[in-house]
Amino acid sequence: MDNPFGKITDIKQVMEHFDNGMTIMFGGFGGVGTPPSLIDAMIMKDLRQLTLIGNDAGFPQIGIGKVVSRGMADRLIASHIGSNPIAGKLMTDGKLSVEFSPQGTLAERIRAGGVGIAAILTDIGMDNEMVAGDKQICYIDETPYLVETALTAEVSIVYAKKADPFGNLVYDKSARNTNPLVAMAGDITIAEVEEIVPLGDLQPGEIITPGVFVDYIVPSVGVNWKWAWQ
Amino acid sequence: MGMAITIRNQIAKRAAAEIRTGMVVNLGIGIPSMIPNHLAEDVHVMFHAENGIVGMGASPIPGEEDENLCNAGGLPVTIIEGASYCDSAIAFAMIRRGKVDITILGALQVSGKGDLANWIVPGKKIPGMGGAMELAQKTQKVIVVMGHTDSKGQPKILQQCTLPLTSKSCVDMIITDMAVFDVRREGLVLREYFDGCTIETIKRLTGCQFTISDQVRVIPKE
Repeated sequence: MDNPFGKITDIKQVMEHFDNGMTIMFGGFGGVGTPPSLIDAMIMKDLRQLTLIGNDAGFPQIGIGKVVSRGMADRLIASHIGSNPIAGKLMTDGKLSVEFSPQGTLAERIRAGGVGIAAILTDIGMDNEMVAGDKQICYIDETPYLVETALTAEVSIVYAKKADPFGNLVYDKSARNTNPLVAMAGDITIAEVEEIVPLGDLQPGEIITPGVFVDYIVPSVGVNWKWAWQ
Repeated sequence: MGMAITIRNQIAKRAAAEIRTGMVVNLGIGIPSMIPNHLAEDVHVMFHAENGIVGMGASPIPGEEDENLCNAGGLPVTIIEGASYCDSAIAFAMIRRGKVDITILGALQVSGKGDLANWIVPGKKIPGMGGAMELAQKTQKVIVVMGHTDSKGQPKILQQCTLPLTSKSCVDMIITDMAVFDVRREGLVLREYFDGCTIETIKRLTGCQFTISDQVRVIPKE
């Protein structure tokens, strides 16, 4: 495959961008759409003290759950951890600090980070102490809104169906979920893809994430975990 | 939840009767996931999932599951003609903009004012709110389906919820294994109850006052 933009690389090369203590944002929803090969490479590198940002904590042996369950993160920003009891235990034991954000607010905070906006204003969770806490309140036409700050990460990892050498991405069905948002919010964005196709093979109109947001493309070995329903 | 499957189906069937053609509907896990089985064939709706599907269909037949086509609970689904995929931000845009007509979800407690508690048990379970707050706060009609009492026989419909709230004054209708209530500004109104229950029993097992609709109806048992 021609690599005119130098974005196509391999897992080994791309792991040089990962370090202990980093903030890493991951695409996926209950493990669906979370990049399996990058997750395994993170585990191989035995990264520590990570801050993870994404929709949920996966399942103990699925998606980001594999990283969380191994105690590799000490902080997680997510909408729920209900599907990963190990994450719950780590939290209860004080080994994992979890910031819960309502799911749509979290998606919008990631999107805000990705589109270069400092924060969003929303009334979701306005009257809920655990969400509103001591967050700043902003009045628009006398209506109060919570200031929910944007989220970005040093590295974003996403999972896509296809990429071309520029990093234009298309996703597979509901495996799209948070991936297009996460792809925009990384200082470095790495796309793990099921297939790399030549430039011109993707219809311009079908591209969901323009390659502008993608720094590196790595081929995937595919999902290697057993789903909860299997 | 320890309720028998026939009772869960009875609740699901009653909830299904609230769904009309053309609606966009979001279903929670548990009893709500049984509701599509009870829809009449001529009712055409779009089922919405927070992970970015509008137009979910039946469960796939075993062996034909697609790991990249799952609902918000992580279970494989299919899609119907006219379905679409979107990212999570757009899935929640639909909710916040009021484009989702009905959400049907489970609850730990509901108050007579329609306050909903369904996300946290202090000291026991802190799973996080997921998308429940957006759904509760912004969906046009919020229907709670649940057992009338908890596993210890204590009322789950209360004057005031004792568990942390998901959202205040958001529930429009409560369907339990005993009764159907509308939540109105002035409080709960009993509009239906299942055959075999009595209003006296419902009063005894409900933790707040309610009025009885003058058109109160008994739902016949299957």
